[in-house]
Amino acid sequence: MQDPREIEQKVVQIIAGQLDKDPTQIRMESRFIEDLGADSLDVMQIVMDLEEAFGIQISEEDTEKIRTVGDAVQFIAQYTSRSASA
Amino acid sequence: MTRRVVVTGVGMVTPLHTTTEGSWEALVAGQSGVGYVTRYELGEDFPVRIAAEVKGFDPLPYIDKKDLRKMDLFIQYAVAATEQALEMARYRVRPEEADRVAVIIGSGIGGFPMIEEMHKTLLEKGPRRVWPAFIPAVIVNMAAGVLSIRTGAKGPNVAPCTACSTGAHAIGDAFKLIQRGVADVAIAGGTEAAITPLAIAGFAAMHALSTRNDAPEKASRPFDAQRDGFVMGEGAGILILESLEHALDRGADILCEIVGYGLNSDAYHITAPCADGDGAVRVMRMALQDAQMAPEEVDYINAHGTSTPLNDRIETLAIKAVFADHARKLAVSSTKSMMGHLLGAAGGVEAAVCVLTIRHGVIPPTINYEYPDPECDLDYVPNQARRQDVRVAMTNSFGFGGTNACLIFKRFED
Repeated sequence: MQDPREIEQKVVQIIAGQLDKDPTQIRMESRFIEDLGADSLDVMQIVMDLEEAFGIQISEEDTEKIRTVGDAVQFIAQYTSRSASA
Repeated sequence: MTRRVVVTGVGMVTPLHTTTEGSWEALVAGQSGVGYVTRYELGEDFPVRIAAEVKGFDPLPYIDKKDLRKMDLFIQYAVAATEQALEMARYRVRPEEADRVAVIIGSGIGGFPMIEEMHKTLLEKGPRRVWPAFIPAVIVNMAAGVLSIRTGAKGPNVAPCTACSTGAHAIGDAFKLIQRGVADVAIAGGTEAAITPLAIAGFAAMHALSTRNDAPEKASRPFDAQRDGFVMGEGAGILILESLEHALDRGADILCEIVGYGLNSDAYHITAPCADGDGAVRVMRMALQDAQMAPEEVDYINAHGTSTPLNDRIETLAIKAVFADHARKLAVSSTKSMMGHLLGAAGGVEAAVCVLTIRHGVIPPTINYEYPDPECDLDYVPNQARRQDVRVAMTNSFGFGGTNACLIFKRFED
């Protein structure tokens, strides 16, 4: 299982890259659209970048549930722990 | 009663410079923007390894970094050229007139660079790695779409896609919309960024391109006896058109008037012009008739002048058919000798060149003119720009599919 802090760092880095933000501006409670100024295509691109970075698959259903940075981190942590224990 | 339409701004991103002023200075100086392709590694097996690339283009003054992945290069060039044109016109769309402002910007090819990149991603990583913004980043109408969003223009929004006539059709169509009262202002022109391995291989396979790989700066040589094909170029050319009334009301500096537009088809062959120049003859006559102008009034023609053996010979033939004795008196030059062939953007930048020629009283030359071709026997303004008063300038564009366009600009007189 990956260290949650490592996941967090990597997620923030990917989001900062896609949205051209300073990583310090990105908090766990930041909402992609309302707080970080992303549009729907940005969110889909971020999901895709996360899939690639963590070697995971995020279903459309799960994508809809990911509204904040924290949601993404939590999803990835759960996903990686699930696949590690499987 | 039809309304008069004037030009109040031009914007250019060209292989000579990323700004309008820089491009104009280089055109007047007779510089070549052709060189080796730098953006891709082209092996010796490529029959053509030269092109007129835009050099040192920085999109960041115009576009947020986060939006770059959503716009392939042809859209970025259009944004930069439009911002420059609006700046020259000192014009911003006011919300109360937004639905009277049109954006008509086309592209011949659209987002080839990203299409090739994403296809590679598809083959190597699978369908789930193709970017969500891929389609809107590459489709031909997105320069017009993005620019309406950026400027707030809510009037007609269309994108001609007529190969090498695209830019001229965009400006001509915008002229007509304003003339007929459908819009008061238009942002119009063409944009292209398709210098990619696949596009070069395709054009080279047609034997349309110059293979002068050992002397890139000499490769584009319209009307010269040793011409052997065109050189791919890229960039954008945008005009701001306004009804005369709108321009006067806001106290705009009027650069010139647009007075004639012709458009037609050869109905002949997918790539070759008709042997007798019929389509070109008719389209120039149509533009003259639209302008209610005698051929003798034209001082300068910015020729299509691609540097292919066929085009330059047949265009010369057509000019002689339309202008008779006056053909010997008017100046004809091909700025493709310096910028290469900007395909869908060619009509846009060449219209901008006509506007600046009238404005400054300087005709840019046809460079690389060394060996006279007996079948190309007009005054091509060889190698050196010419200071000359130009009251009326015409520009020709002929595209694959046999689609032709001709525009006429005239010095603004009350």
